[in-house]
Amino acid sequence: MDFAFSEEQEMLKKMARDFLSDKCPKTLVKEMEEDEKGYSPELWQEMADLGWMGLVFPEKYGGSNMTFLDLAVLLEEMGRACLSEPFFSTVILGGLPILDAGSEKQKQEYLPKIAGGKAIFTLALTEPSAQYNPSSIAVKAIAENDDFIISGTKLFVPNAHIADYLLCVVRTSQQARAEEGVTIFIVDAKGPGISYTVLKTIANDKLCEVVFDKVRVSKENILGQLDQGWSVVQRIVERAAVAKCCEMVGGMQKVLEMTVDYAKERKQFDRPIGSFQIIQHYCSNMATDVDGSRFGTYQAAWMLSEGLPGTKEVAIAKAWIGEASERVIGFAHQIHGAIGVTMDHDLQFYTRRLKAAQLTFGGADFYREIVAQEMEL
Amino acid sequence: MDFRFTKEQEKFRQEVRGFLEEELRQGNFEPSCDAWIQGYSPEFTRKVAQKGWIGLTWPEEYGGQGHSNVDRFILTEEMLRYGAPAACHWFADRQIGGSILRYGTEEQKKELLPKILRGEAYIGLGMSEPEAGSDLAAVKTRATEDGDDYILDGQKMWTSCGMFMNYIYLVARTDPEAPKHRGISEFVVDVSLPGITITPTIDITGSQAWAEVFFDGMRIPKKCLIGEKNRGFYQIVNQLAYERAGLERLMANYPLFDAIIKFAKETKRMGKSLSQDRLIRYKLAQLQVEFEIGRLLTYRVALVIDKGSTPTVEAAMAKAYSTTFEQHLASTAMEILGLYGQVTAGSKWVPILGMAPHSYLGSKGYSLQAGASEVLRNIVAERGLGLSGKL
Repeated sequence: MDFAFSEEQEMLKKMARDFLSDKCPKTLVKEMEEDEKGYSPELWQEMADLGWMGLVFPEKYGGSNMTFLDLAVLLEEMGRACLSEPFFSTVILGGLPILDAGSEKQKQEYLPKIAGGKAIFTLALTEPSAQYNPSSIAVKAIAENDDFIISGTKLFVPNAHIADYLLCVVRTSQQARAEEGVTIFIVDAKGPGISYTVLKTIANDKLCEVVFDKVRVSKENILGQLDQGWSVVQRIVERAAVAKCCEMVGGMQKVLEMTVDYAKERKQFDRPIGSFQIIQHYCSNMATDVDGSRFGTYQAAWMLSEGLPGTKEVAIAKAWIGEASERVIGFAHQIHGAIGVTMDHDLQFYTRRLKAAQLTFGGADFYREIVAQEMEL
Repeated sequence: MDFRFTKEQEKFRQEVRGFLEEELRQGNFEPSCDAWIQGYSPEFTRKVAQKGWIGLTWPEEYGGQGHSNVDRFILTEEMLRYGAPAACHWFADRQIGGSILRYGTEEQKKELLPKILRGEAYIGLGMSEPEAGSDLAAVKTRATEDGDDYILDGQKMWTSCGMFMNYIYLVARTDPEAPKHRGISEFVVDVSLPGITITPTIDITGSQAWAEVFFDGMRIPKKCLIGEKNRGFYQIVNQLAYERAGLERLMANYPLFDAIIKFAKETKRMGKSLSQDRLIRYKLAQLQVEFEIGRLLTYRVALVIDKGSTPTVEAAMAKAYSTTFEQHLASTAMEILGLYGQVTAGSKWVPILGMAPHSYLGSKGYSLQAGASEVLRNIVAERGLGLSGKL
């Protein structure tokens, strides 16, 4: 048993932190929230040059053959920096599913592009029903000769407006069990019949409505097996949930540090507010929530990294961090006082992003139900 | 990073389980909450000693097994899971043996450690006093030098193991003129010497696991002093980290957790198991989430110790977290049981052996003993985050 990073992971962490402090200041984060694209193509290319996008891909696909746990280290630093680049959607929602379930041809075609920073991917999974269960997949793809025709609306699709490819989860046949008849297609995002609307959301993180109007896709673009896509989706959701937790741990750690620093500087009643026990206890509670979130998250990330079944660990991590991050943000605001609720202060970036992250890929209730099932209740 | 136990550790866990299953099968104990601090069975302790499971982490030259603290946590985790009566040896094994190893003389080690290892030294913890709770340095019990002896005068409260001990570990004032933190020393004393009176404290559950101890001119030989005279407070700070470190802070009422889950699965209401009720599923799953996070926070403490550090901050954090969990577990179990929640052990109609009300009442003390949660939060803030009253 060992909860510490390896020396190489510590180096990766330091390198990522240095790079992101330099290249992703809050001025850029703010600019990207207002920017139509929402990311900086120059920074994106620099990240590709550092080998981040291909970190976990085998070398033959242009990757560095590192582990999911190494990727977790990067994700934590990205969450700390509030990075706006479409890394999560491209690597977690696009690249890793292709590595998992793709044919050799698909891997050769797409993974080197991702590793080189030449393609942005995302996942079109949720629909207006906004659920992560199989029965919520209602958008249909109808077979026509060697093609399928997709029609319908996907919602809450991150970065779809800038994506080159969408992994689109659709229903290809109606079966008694909702898990059957689900298929994933790799779709050219710029192709005819696809339109995007960027939603206005609290984190300005470019979640989109994607409307498919008779979009024609070749059956060669099926990822995995026809009608058998749900197990792939489950793996995607599980991994995405952990990846979100990693980003959240990075954000929460930064919020704790900002808050403790502020408590040491801010004076009221002629003394730093951090000298008051109530403030100290708030900070102590925050530290406990951050550490608990960290261990829960890395336990789950480690399970997936080792290829072990981690359904329960993932559920525990995401169920816990949703509420823990809520408490951490609550105390952070209380200690920062009114300055923390202004747009000029950095805290609000974390408040908005952590809330969005809580909601995505399953909230606390969703995962508590999975925990209940794992307990055989 | 590795969240697995080694094969040897898994095997060790199975061995401990096998032993406890056999003890259960033979009817040698009934699983109960708080058995680590209230379950006194000299017979059980002797068997644990024969297994070599007391002093597991101590160096081999003093009869220990030289195991890691993670190993010891595995052992204690199983004892707690089964609600086994381990109170006779728990304190000596957990903290007093370690203190003697760290600060004791060779003579003290040779005298006391073998007795602990054989499961024959039941050492009570004499720290708190009527006016020294969280402010332990305020102890007033005096130890006055007199020739080759010290003379003890004063009173201890909440002495764990007080009614069963044959030794008492205690902190007493040896220099009344010095600033309060610098005039305290540690002793381990044979309670069969004259001048000591022990009376039980009946706690809110009716348990007599704690005692008041009065010293009236009790003469003890100087060799009872552990470590350096007047440096006791600094020695204790170290010991307290170990006192707070263990899984007993998370799992004291684990048998209740098992029982209430089983109860929810087996009890039908309107033709459906309670565990199928959305609200009850939610509550039990939430407890499981909190438990698993607490387990990680607590195993982290063992890892810190195994790296050679004193887990001051980590143990304070884990204990404050864990006792909150235990209280949450107890109150949730009471809610699920509804009106039955108030029926106590031995009564007609009592569900799950009355564990819930016992634990509900008893858990009020968990966040007080071995460091009130407020003191623990001070420690995390001051030692961990650099905040203090003197900023």
